[in-house]
Amino acid sequence: MRHGRYPFILSFLALPVGLYAWLVILPFAQAFQISLTDWSGSSNNFDYIGFDNYLNLFKDERFVLPALRHTGIILLVMPVITIVLGLFFAFMLNLGGRSRQGRIEGVRGSKFHKVVYFFPQVLSVAIVGILWKQVYAPEGFGGLITGALGAVGLPAPVNGFLADKRFVLAAVIGVLVWSAVGFYLVFFSSAMASIPRDLYEAAIIDGAGRFQTFFKITLPLLWDSVQTAWIYLSIVALDVFVLVYLMTPEQGGPDAASEVVGGVIWKYAFKNAEQAFASAIGVVLFFAALTLAVVSLRFGRREQIEF
Amino acid sequence: MATETPAKPTTRASGAPREGVVLNFFSQGFLWLWSLMIIIPVAWIVLSSFKTSREIASVPLGLPESLHWQNYANAWTNGHIGSFFLNTLQVMVFSVSGTMLLGAMAAYVLARYQFWGNRIIYFGFAAGMMFPVFLALFPLFKTLGNVGLLNTYTGLVIVYIAYSLPFTVFFLTAFFRTLPTGVAEAAVVDGAGHYRLFFQVMLPMAKPGLVAITIFNIIGQWNQFLLPLVLMGRNPDDAVISQGLANLAMRQGYEGDSGALFAGTVLAMIPIFVAYVLFQRQIQEGLTAGAIK
Repeated sequence: MRHGRYPFILSFLALPVGLYAWLVILPFAQAFQISLTDWSGSSNNFDYIGFDNYLNLFKDERFVLPALRHTGIILLVMPVITIVLGLFFAFMLNLGGRSRQGRIEGVRGSKFHKVVYFFPQVLSVAIVGILWKQVYAPEGFGGLITGALGAVGLPAPVNGFLADKRFVLAAVIGVLVWSAVGFYLVFFSSAMASIPRDLYEAAIIDGAGRFQTFFKITLPLLWDSVQTAWIYLSIVALDVFVLVYLMTPEQGGPDAASEVVGGVIWKYAFKNAEQAFASAIGVVLFFAALTLAVVSLRFGRREQIEF
Repeated sequence: MATETPAKPTTRASGAPREGVVLNFFSQGFLWLWSLMIIIPVAWIVLSSFKTSREIASVPLGLPESLHWQNYANAWTNGHIGSFFLNTLQVMVFSVSGTMLLGAMAAYVLARYQFWGNRIIYFGFAAGMMFPVFLALFPLFKTLGNVGLLNTYTGLVIVYIAYSLPFTVFFLTAFFRTLPTGVAEAAVVDGAGHYRLFFQVMLPMAKPGLVAITIFNIIGQWNQFLLPLVLMGRNPDDAVISQGLANLAMRQGYEGDSGALFAGTVLAMIPIFVAYVLFQRQIQEGLTAGAIK
């Protein structure tokens, strides 16, 4: 089995590694390089201008600064809401009902809820975007929420939720949470399944309620999963763009009220032909993602609990 | 952490009966509320797809006066939903099988063979899961343009494969490591070479992992939007399904034929819905499997 080992390794790695290096690693490396130039993207002429793009970035009050602010808000809000809801649902659907002969199981209807909650996760973002754009639409265009509010006599934004600066970002975050919760419900459910049942039984015998079992048993033992979920969701939050592209006016409007970092990169790269500037924003995004991962791995680790 | 926690402590503290009737009522209500938040918009779009465009705007909450099947005909013919389906299938047959083959090959070698550079390659792949794809979009666009693969399915296929590899390799490496060594050793004693060992022994043994990650990749590539938006932008007729729907939405938007748009959306939803109902356990496991490893 010794002979032919290296030819074999080479023959199996050449294609995947080559493709990956050519289409993933190299473009990323080029983006770093481009960010130090003044390249428009269309001609072949460019000069190296050092870090000017990075300095100008933080002066762009039209797009970049609002985008950084909005992505920051999404990054803070969306993972927390999704994780809280995911944990709550997972707990209720797996351990929340506790009547039948002391056996611990989910509340009634758990199976049904689990199937329903996960469904948005398999819908393509295009479908989700079209769906919610219509749900949020103004009353005159047949919006669901505006129509329902109108039907019971409550005020609704005249132009719908997406064309209103006050609501548009919250509306986008709502859709993100809506589609992500089911995934984290299932994710936390599998983590909960590995917690030994006797821990709960012992706790119940000792008179613990559902609050105590959740905060004293489930949550501490799930801490690693929560952390993983937080990293995943943070990366999703940094990459938000397609929903904004599909749902909001001017793909980030109205008036830049839903502009996000990904969208600004796309606009500068493919609409404004300011490739170097777009790359600089991308590099900032890259380091934001890297920092997040490092910070959460470095400081999030707690002592492993063996069971 | 504010949304639903406040109500709960009070029920405990006020000495509610042991089963917590209020808590039960509250949490059951909340669980149903969330289910309805998913069912209602989806069902409502299905209902709307049978209305005329005027009805959609004027009686959003009512039932359609009659089933307006014309929307579906329009979506299929004018909206080209049928050909978007075929385009997507055409791409995915190659991109998914290519991803799985290349991913399994790389993962197997990385998991089972010690050689110089193994760790570097492994972490090189794993790091790719974290890169924000926006950063690479334009250089990627240029790279494909330079070799004449921009706006071609071949180009899209190889890009899908390349961008699916990080997670596929990461997941399958972990999976190949868990497989018992005994069977492989027995096969080697019987005279199997490296290639036969992989294709006839290890791949069949890795089937559960391969199935999970195949489902993951099918759903991921079916739903891909950003890459086709940038790499297949020239000819709208060549669009893949998610991109085609988005184009339809842009074109027909609010003032145009929203009936056909919703009919198209429903048509795009049907295969996913059927697959989900039939295989929901496998799909849930497939999508979350990687996260749990």
